[in-house]
Amino acid sequence: MIEVRNLKKSFGSNEVLKDINVTVKPQEVVVVIGPSGSGKSTFLRCLNMLETITGGHVCIEGVDLTDKQTDINKVRTEVGMVFQQFNLFPHKKVIENIMLAPMKVRNVPAEKARAKGLELLRKVGLEDKAEAYPDSLSGGQKQRVAIARALAMEPKIMLFDEPTSALDPEMVGEVLEVMKQLAKEGMTMVVVTHEMGFAKEVGDRVIFMDGGLIVEENVPIELFEHPKEERTKAFLSKVL
Amino acid sequence: MMDFRWDILAEYAPFFLKGTLLTIGLSIASIIIGTVLGLLIGLGKMMRNKLLALPFSIYITFFRGTPLLVQILLIHFAVVPLFTGGTNAIAAAIVTLSLNAAAYISEIFRAGIQSIDRGQMEAARSLGMTHAQSMWNIILPQAFKRMIPPLGNEFIVLIKESSLAALIAAPELMYWGRAMQGQYFRVWEPYITAAVIYLVLTLSLSFLLSRLERRLATE
Repeated sequence: MIEVRNLKKSFGSNEVLKDINVTVKPQEVVVVIGPSGSGKSTFLRCLNMLETITGGHVCIEGVDLTDKQTDINKVRTEVGMVFQQFNLFPHKKVIENIMLAPMKVRNVPAEKARAKGLELLRKVGLEDKAEAYPDSLSGGQKQRVAIARALAMEPKIMLFDEPTSALDPEMVGEVLEVMKQLAKEGMTMVVVTHEMGFAKEVGDRVIFMDGGLIVEENVPIELFEHPKEERTKAFLSKVL
Repeated sequence: MMDFRWDILAEYAPFFLKGTLLTIGLSIASIIIGTVLGLLIGLGKMMRNKLLALPFSIYITFFRGTPLLVQILLIHFAVVPLFTGGTNAIAAAIVTLSLNAAAYISEIFRAGIQSIDRGQMEAARSLGMTHAQSMWNIILPQAFKRMIPPLGNEFIVLIKESSLAALIAAPELMYWGRAMQGQYFRVWEPYITAAVIYLVLTLSLSFLLSRLERRLATE
């Protein structure tokens, strides 16, 4: 459960998020779309405090991130994040990438972390790459490892920041497939993406952002077929 | 040059050996202390609070901006006596070389750490690791790999500059070279010998570092 109230974010004098209000229910898949510079990535990064929040509140599972008493590291263990640029740790093998956080943060014994890591690799179809270094993988494979790495912390929520934007076209499918599987298993997900097909097929709700505001939100079929706002229509006419 | 006197070289061989061992000792001690100090100073200089970072900047400015020879003389004749009441050439040499190297190494650390993509820290933090855990497990190992070539340069400079310790009578390699020159009024034998030994030391170090670099390769 994510509750965002009057979220504001500025970089210096540049106000990137003006007044965001969203609630994401458990097991819901929310897809955020919008032109570049609309603030959608910043919005996502506020949900696990990779950006400091200028104003308003973000509550994850009832914990207010803006509260000074909140242990942000603890909240982050419950919120997995997948990045556009994968951000795998290049000096560690695939399996070590996945084992590291459970071992360091949760003090999981190495053997248990490895077993769990292999299980996750099997899930994303990369069990045979466990001992490889990230640099030897394709983009699609890297992103699937990154998803497995985030899942190793057994998060309640997964955030995806344009997970397929850095991929060659033929590799987009394999990553989306893993994400669809996750959604099917009931993971709460917030996905910033340009993949309108994915939004339509998997999203429970689509949010269109522009200029630091939520312009329109609706179930995918309604938003794509009958957009109400002019800005939504203009955007969709360019990307569909 | 024509009448190179091998006999006096043979006579001084044990002293050169002793001197070389001390040079190696001084260098290793200073490399270790300088690297640890350099890491701390580099992290200090990177602190967001400019006021807290200022002393580290001043430290670097001082040790990079003044000659090592001046630093050695200051520390040997003024600073060490201030604390211990007496002089100790070997201690003064190690202290000076370490403090001086730390200033350069801290900048190497800073450059190395800042060269690592921001996404690495973000990925580590997003998994729930603390800043310190992320630094230690993710950023520093990658930064260290990139730091090996400039660190190698710094270590080689340090080995060579340890020869300045001869001027405060620390009995290292160059000290014995000068002693031999003083006794026999010969220049080629002592200085060429010292040069060759320094060359062997620096070449060995380069070799070790390139081995290390290859071992850390991940492709």
